[in-house]
Amino acid sequence: MTTSSITPYRSGRKPGRDGFAQLLRSEWTKFRTVRGWLYALIAAPLLAALATLAIVGAANPTRNPGAQNPGPTGPNGEAVTDQFEFAHQPLTGNGSITVAVTSLTGSFVAPPGGLPPAGWVQHSLGQGLQPWTKAGIIIKDGTKPGAAYAAVMVTGGHGVRMQYDYTHDIAGQGGSPPAAAPAWLRLTRSGDTIAGYDSADGTHWTRIGTAALAGLPSTVQAGMFATSPGADLTTQGFASNNGGQFSTLGTAAIGHVSRQGGWTASAWTASQVGLLTKANGPPGVHCGTGCVRAGSKPAPGAGFTAHGDTYTVSGSGDIAPYVPILDPLGLSFKGTLVGLIAVIALGAMFITAEFRRGMMIRTTFVASPRRGRVLAAKALVIGSVTFVAGLAGAAVAFVAGGHKLTQSGWSAAVFPAWPLLSAHGLQMVVGTAGLFALAAVLAVAAGATLRRSAGAIAAVIGVIIVPLILATLLPMGPAQWLLRLTPAAAFSVQQGTQFYPQVSHACLPYNGCYPLSPWNGFAVLAVWAVLALGGAIYLARRRDA
Amino acid sequence: MEATIEVSGLRKRFGPTLALDGMSFTVQPGQITGFVGPNGAGKSTTMRVVLGLDAADEGSALIGGQPYHRLRHPLSHVGSLLDASALQPGRTARNHLLWLAHSQGIGASRVDEVIAEAGLGKAVRRKAGGFSLGMRQRLGIAAAMLGDPPVLMLDEPFNGLDPEGIVWMRGYLASLAGQGRAVLVSSHLMSELQDTADHLVVAGRGQAIADTSVAELLAAASADRVTLRTAARAEATTVLAHAGATVTASDRDTLTIAGLPTERIVAVLAEGGVPFSEVSAHRATLEEAYMELTRDAVEFRAEPAEEITR
Repeated sequence: MTTSSITPYRSGRKPGRDGFAQLLRSEWTKFRTVRGWLYALIAAPLLAALATLAIVGAANPTRNPGAQNPGPTGPNGEAVTDQFEFAHQPLTGNGSITVAVTSLTGSFVAPPGGLPPAGWVQHSLGQGLQPWTKAGIIIKDGTKPGAAYAAVMVTGGHGVRMQYDYTHDIAGQGGSPPAAAPAWLRLTRSGDTIAGYDSADGTHWTRIGTAALAGLPSTVQAGMFATSPGADLTTQGFASNNGGQFSTLGTAAIGHVSRQGGWTASAWTASQVGLLTKANGPPGVHCGTGCVRAGSKPAPGAGFTAHGDTYTVSGSGDIAPYVPILDPLGLSFKGTLVGLIAVIALGAMFITAEFRRGMMIRTTFVASPRRGRVLAAKALVIGSVTFVAGLAGAAVAFVAGGHKLTQSGWSAAVFPAWPLLSAHGLQMVVGTAGLFALAAVLAVAAGATLRRSAGAIAAVIGVIIVPLILATLLPMGPAQWLLRLTPAAAFSVQQGTQFYPQVSHACLPYNGCYPLSPWNGFAVLAVWAVLALGGAIYLARRRDA
Repeated sequence: MEATIEVSGLRKRFGPTLALDGMSFTVQPGQITGFVGPNGAGKSTTMRVVLGLDAADEGSALIGGQPYHRLRHPLSHVGSLLDASALQPGRTARNHLLWLAHSQGIGASRVDEVIAEAGLGKAVRRKAGGFSLGMRQRLGIAAAMLGDPPVLMLDEPFNGLDPEGIVWMRGYLASLAGQGRAVLVSSHLMSELQDTADHLVVAGRGQAIADTSVAELLAAASADRVTLRTAARAEATTVLAHAGATVTASDRDTLTIAGLPTERIVAVLAEGGVPFSEVSAHRATLEEAYMELTRDAVEFRAEPAEEITR
């Protein structure tokens, strides 16, 4: 039909390359050549930092009793709770103590006016024994609250533990609570080092761990102890908090006491360590309507009695780091939401702009027919730039916000201004940057799926920010599930309070507490982002462009 | 690799509409192939299928023997222009070419070459959102030329061009074909392709209803017809129709007659005493040939949807 004498054209040019690196470069060129997007990228972290600082500025410590340390300070300057019944003797130089705890029980200390008569509170109270009711043996630098210590103990729900200097907690072999067989415990002091052991039979011993208590004096106080933290029933109702904290008493029966080394006394002295009276202690810390922190009064029933060579020790309180109810820096970090919304809009626009006006996406897919790689490159580019932006914004918010909190009078023992490069600083700053990046990736995926910016932005805000708001309004159960299942779980990286597994606390979303640990919560968002991007790639491959 | 486009038996349904119904044609190197047909004939859909944007329900579309998605660095195999307004308005024209070049590992120097070839000049530093349609067409041509491809596929490139632009575009496309490239240019107006195309694919109802050279098409359309110039149109029509001819009035004093040889027409008119001033073999214009071919397609379009999806 046609003449075949024509020589088909052959280009003299070397063909280019079309690898993933070229795609990344192409998407980066797309991003950097739209001025509005660059402005948004600069504005997002700026707004995030400014809004955070504005909230910090409004957090007035003088109007908030929780801003000060209500109790003693531990060996590392941190706020601690240190309140227990202590039957002790001086120990000079090296030595050891061995006991067998034969039982551990708990009961409620009725507050003035008695326990609530019925309803969910009574139901939730159950028996008085708390998971962290604890009794055993302890070696401590005197009886002053906040002094260094090492202890091995039986607990109400966590088996045998060795704990020292408030923040350290190591699990032992024994179960909890000792039912038939007694739990054998031993502490051995050698210089500054204290080793803890447990045994099921008093013959075969397992070392749980060792504590190096620097600067421990030659003479320390050592002996038996019991204590039991309050049952915290504070919970979140619909747009309200209710419940309260109820003091409990832990009672242990201890026998087979044997001592070796530098023990000089023959009789036990009983002390209620950390007993706060109206005269010497700070007032009870208000922790919400109807909630008074336990321990401002001596617990009725606490004490120490001897029956031949067995002893009964009863105490109320806790030996643990103090966990503040408030989280001023973490809550102030909600200011980053302003930047997050900008980042979500940016991520959505980055892809939906290609679906407007003659479908530029066709040019993109004609140049790069492997659509999955195109979306992956787009997600990687927007994720990277928003990560850097988030990092800058969160670093400024974190450093300046922490500084401002301390300056304005928030106690450093309770709300430490963490260094930027500490685990906590990295969690909040890198975590927030990651939150920005993954939210932008989610927005790209939503934009590729819905092809409209309004729909994509609404969808991403709907799954990230709306659950966060709902979690402060809904009752505890649904609120916590929202923060476990939706991408809002990732806001846990902005949690400014250090929580400890050995301290029970009421985790109210209203107060900025998240049911998942920071990086687990972050992983929830990461799973969402990966699934959404996978879905978007699947659709992009199947649909006509 | 050969510089060809081979489309064979493409079928594509969008909901109740059968957009392509066995579209088949071949585009050869070294010539401009016009792809013409009324709106909705399936030209753009065919191009999207060739470029791997839309998946055909049946049939195949190959570039130099390969399906599009198998091409490595595709812009160096096919240059295409689908919609000149497919631009981010806030990005400058040069940056638009730059991201496209970067996706293939093509350097900025080639970007500047195609800018010069397309005659965009200093305008490339301006935001593409402010471009006229004619400037966007030139930008689209520049984008298509980035990979220096042996095959070009352009959808309605003459749209929005001013007369000077049309002349430039014709010359540029002719020079590309002259280099041995296969150039497929679509249009819904035959007049745009009249002096441009060497070969024509006429689309209608989702099929290629003609795949022929321009010369053959004209000859076929002109065949066996005679133009008669007469002042007595009515009488001429009567006697000729009576003699078995098909008579069409094409002007105030001109008739087009089919079905009778010229000698017989002259004899019939002489017998009937009908005066006439000129009898000549009919020379069809490309436009007429096209109208003739696509009349069915256009009429068919007006029928109910059930008929179309048959």
